[in-house]
Amino acid sequence: MHMIEIYELTKRFGPKPAVDGFSLTVEPGEVFGLLGPNGAGKSTLIKMLTTLLPASSGRAAIAGYDIGRQPSRVQRSIGYVPQALSVDGTLTGYENLLILAKLYSVPRRQRLDRIHAALSYVGLESVANRLVNTYSGGMIRRLEMAQATLHRPPVLFLDEPTVGLDPVARKTMWDLILQLRRDYGTTVFLTTHFMEEADVLCDRIAMLYHGQQVAIGTPAALKATVPHPEATPEATMDDVFIHYTRNSLSTETEGSYRDTSTTRRTAKRLG
Amino acid sequence: MTRQPHAVPLNDWANRGRVTAPIEDFIAKALVAAELEVRKLRHDPIQLFTRAVQPVLWLTIFGQVFTQVRGIPTGGLSYMDFMTPGILAQSVLFMSIFTGLLVIWEKDLGILHKLMVSPAPKSALVLGKAIGAGVRCLSQLLIVYIVAALLGVGLSWNPLSIIGVALVVMLGAALFSTFSLIVACWAQTHERVMGVGQLMMMPLFFASNAIYPIEIMPGWLQVVSRLNPLTYMVDALRQLMLVEPAGSYSLGLSLSILVGIAAVLIAFCGRLYPRLVR
Repeated sequence: MHMIEIYELTKRFGPKPAVDGFSLTVEPGEVFGLLGPNGAGKSTLIKMLTTLLPASSGRAAIAGYDIGRQPSRVQRSIGYVPQALSVDGTLTGYENLLILAKLYSVPRRQRLDRIHAALSYVGLESVANRLVNTYSGGMIRRLEMAQATLHRPPVLFLDEPTVGLDPVARKTMWDLILQLRRDYGTTVFLTTHFMEEADVLCDRIAMLYHGQQVAIGTPAALKATVPHPEATPEATMDDVFIHYTRNSLSTETEGSYRDTSTTRRTAKRLG
Repeated sequence: MTRQPHAVPLNDWANRGRVTAPIEDFIAKALVAAELEVRKLRHDPIQLFTRAVQPVLWLTIFGQVFTQVRGIPTGGLSYMDFMTPGILAQSVLFMSIFTGLLVIWEKDLGILHKLMVSPAPKSALVLGKAIGAGVRCLSQLLIVYIVAALLGVGLSWNPLSIIGVALVVMLGAALFSTFSLIVACWAQTHERVMGVGQLMMMPLFFASNAIYPIEIMPGWLQVVSRLNPLTYMVDALRQLMLVEPAGSYSLGLSLSILVGIAAVLIAFCGRLYPRLVR
């Protein structure tokens, strides 16, 4: 069984499609990266896959469940860390997880054990009873990871997981993602703007441009497809990104103001 | 953290295979959503008492002056007794009509997204918010009772009446906060929710029986007042709060109307709720 199966998925806002006939399969245990300039449709795609947004046409299945017809099955099978903040600053870290555990109907006898296990897994056990608005950006992201994996989903969606983090916190997040995959075989689907992140973390990458998939493959395979400057032995991920999305400067699209403002705010809050 | 292998059906404990299971699940999830609100409140209780000024002013200034006028037929009640339930209802209305602002704030932060991707029914999340608003409004009950007692209003101290008053306060808060949430789902921005709230609160208050009886209104306003849910909230409070129950409708009728409208609004809002994160 494919863990994520997307077929001709399309979302239109008005006449112009934000995601245009996107197809993809992701295998269990894979770390898959979705790259593309702002406004390319990455967030729209993730919102459809996480059941937040209904698709205009096409279909997709997560862990074998259809996103349109079996949304609550899908919801039980996925963890989602949105780009914006998803933990409540006015609650403690423990309380954030407690509420989520209850919303996901984690049985009462297992609840405490699971919350403490999740907190220690991300290294936050010592600050469990502090209000989250006293946490650093890296700690908040790790708490969000604990929150998203509390109900043990086989698939994890991460929307720009390291935006606004310092290099140390970013490295810690990468380790955490790889550790999750190693320990539990979690399938990870992430979007990112950091080419190094895509290179280090992802087994395969897809490039999204104007709602369409313009390239897909392993980082190495993608690098081999683009011409590289004479002086360097091989192309970098930056070269790959620019090669496939080079027109993005000239045709900056609507909706990017809001994107930018969200990204900046997230960065500010975490930084 | 240990995980089940993927072949095992996830979260099997949710399928108890009984007819009542969805209802139990709905109520349980609504209570969790309410718990979230109450926990937030517990970490920051001061906000409750900053809202106390308004009812205190209405009771002490407006109430004291209008008691002297004796121009309003209150059916044998002192004017203070007549208006105290109205002022409690008013402060509940004014407090809950801006609940939509909170949810817009949560939407902008992103906190709402994690609730929306959870398998909890959306209308249960709305009901939880409504209960949270109700708990918040209980602070107004406390304040109005203290001030009214000091001013010598003939309050009934029967524990059953007080529980009844608390229930009506929560019911009214649920109704008006859900209305505000519906506005938030359409409007999407702070400014518009604020605007609609401002636009609605005064007409709802004045076109009701809160500070004068319906009988002295012009005919068209009487019709509007009888369609206004606040009227039934005030009437139920008048039945319950005072030593000598005063009210035009039976308690059963008022409560049924309030419960009915709140239920319809919550169900409707549950359908609109996902719009907030699109």
